[in-house]
Amino acid sequence: MTKPGDQWKWQELEPGFVVTGPGSAAEYKTGDWKSSHPEWNEAVCVKCGLCYSYCPDMAVKQKDTGYFAGDNNYCKGCGICSQECPTSAIKMVEGK
Amino acid sequence: MTEQARKKEGIEVSLAVSEAVKQCDADVISAYPITPQTHIVEHLSELVASGELDAEFIPVESEHTAMSVCAGSSAAGARTFTATASQGLALMAEIVYCVSAMRLPIVMVVSNRSLNAPLSIWNDHGDVMMVRDSGWVQVFVENGQEAYDHIFWSFRVGEDPKVSHPVMLNMDGFIVTHTIEPIEFWTDDMVKKFLPPFKPIHTLHPDHPLTMGAYGPPEIYTECKMAQEHALMATVPTIEKAWDELYEVCGRRYSPVEKYKADDAKILFLTMGSIGETATLAIDEMRETGQEVGLVSLRLWRPFPFEHFKAAVKNAETLIVVDRAMVFGGVGGPVALEVKSALYSEKKRPKVVNFIAGLAGRDVQPDDFWQMVERAKSKVANGKEDEFEIYGVRG
Repeated sequence: MTKPGDQWKWQELEPGFVVTGPGSAAEYKTGDWKSSHPEWNEAVCVKCGLCYSYCPDMAVKQKDTGYFAGDNNYCKGCGICSQECPTSAIKMVEGK
Repeated sequence: MTEQARKKEGIEVSLAVSEAVKQCDADVISAYPITPQTHIVEHLSELVASGELDAEFIPVESEHTAMSVCAGSSAAGARTFTATASQGLALMAEIVYCVSAMRLPIVMVVSNRSLNAPLSIWNDHGDVMMVRDSGWVQVFVENGQEAYDHIFWSFRVGEDPKVSHPVMLNMDGFIVTHTIEPIEFWTDDMVKKFLPPFKPIHTLHPDHPLTMGAYGPPEIYTECKMAQEHALMATVPTIEKAWDELYEVCGRRYSPVEKYKADDAKILFLTMGSIGETATLAIDEMRETGQEVGLVSLRLWRPFPFEHFKAAVKNAETLIVVDRAMVFGGVGGPVALEVKSALYSEKKRPKVVNFIAGLAGRDVQPDDFWQMVERAKSKVANGKEDEFEIYGVRG
């Protein structure tokens, strides 16, 4: 989609509602579903990357420093990263 | 037209339908056997197995899967055919709705059969009425020749880029499908002239990634349905053009609403499917006794041909709608409900009398049409025309 869903007129839709380009799901920001978000304590993080591996939505990114951070455009606040972190470096904090 | 084309051959209509699918050079056939559709796909499996038809025949474990396979093959650009009836159509219904919204031009024969319970394999229109609102182009045929001709027509219409819709070809189970009729076959030249190769609007292909059947959140679903409704209504000119071209190719004239001795008729019957031919026998007899009776038969059921229909019935005093399905808890049969709605805003309109007849293979014979005329006259005289009647029910 080249513009937000609520700006399309019915005449502009492709026959069969085909989405003609790949990767369009990235344009649909789903991060506002969450009620809490993960925060990393880099003092205890050992950069093992389990949070990155376990995230079901590929919403954990590795920074240039080697530490990790959540991508709040897509993170849905499920808390799996926090649950799996072996050093308890990730805390779920209320709010988006 | 060549001599070869005029030659008629006695053949079971189901097999003639399969031969037409072969002549259309279908690429994929996926189906699950169900009476009274079985002979169609059984013969197609034989044609594929013998090499006469170069196609994939994909046997599946259910009709739900049959239509799912058809969705995939049509999306990949393959000319796709299936057939079903009754319970099979019911099981398939979820995907029936998907493929119309996705504009996949699958052709499906429905050999019309009643819905259980009680268990019944016999003919009525209960099955197609269940998916009436599914967004397919839906047509009815009355006999074997019409069934055969309309296989070519269904692919021609459905695959036209201006249409790109699935087409449901309804033919009465057993009464049409299992009758041996003299069929005038098309030559391959006729097929070639009438049916161009299938060129889909969108095709699944790894070189051109796209998404079909995507998620449609509330902010876009309404626009999708408006586009779908508009697209279905916009098929009518192409539908009529295809019938004109079919006439040029084979000499048989079809139209959305067909008439028999209807122009001067005060009492008109409205039928769909094979009982229309029975009605013409009764009309001929009644005409000999001086009764001004005629017939209008709906060939195109979806999109409903409102303008053609209104023009066909505008001079009648009474319109007797013979439905072949129930609408439980409603105010009549499905066709009567439709035509009453179509006529509601007309200043001059016939009185509509509704009979539900021929449920699950109960014979409707010429004499029954005589009886319906008498019952209709009585109902109109007593102001009871709004009360629908299940014709011939005991008790």
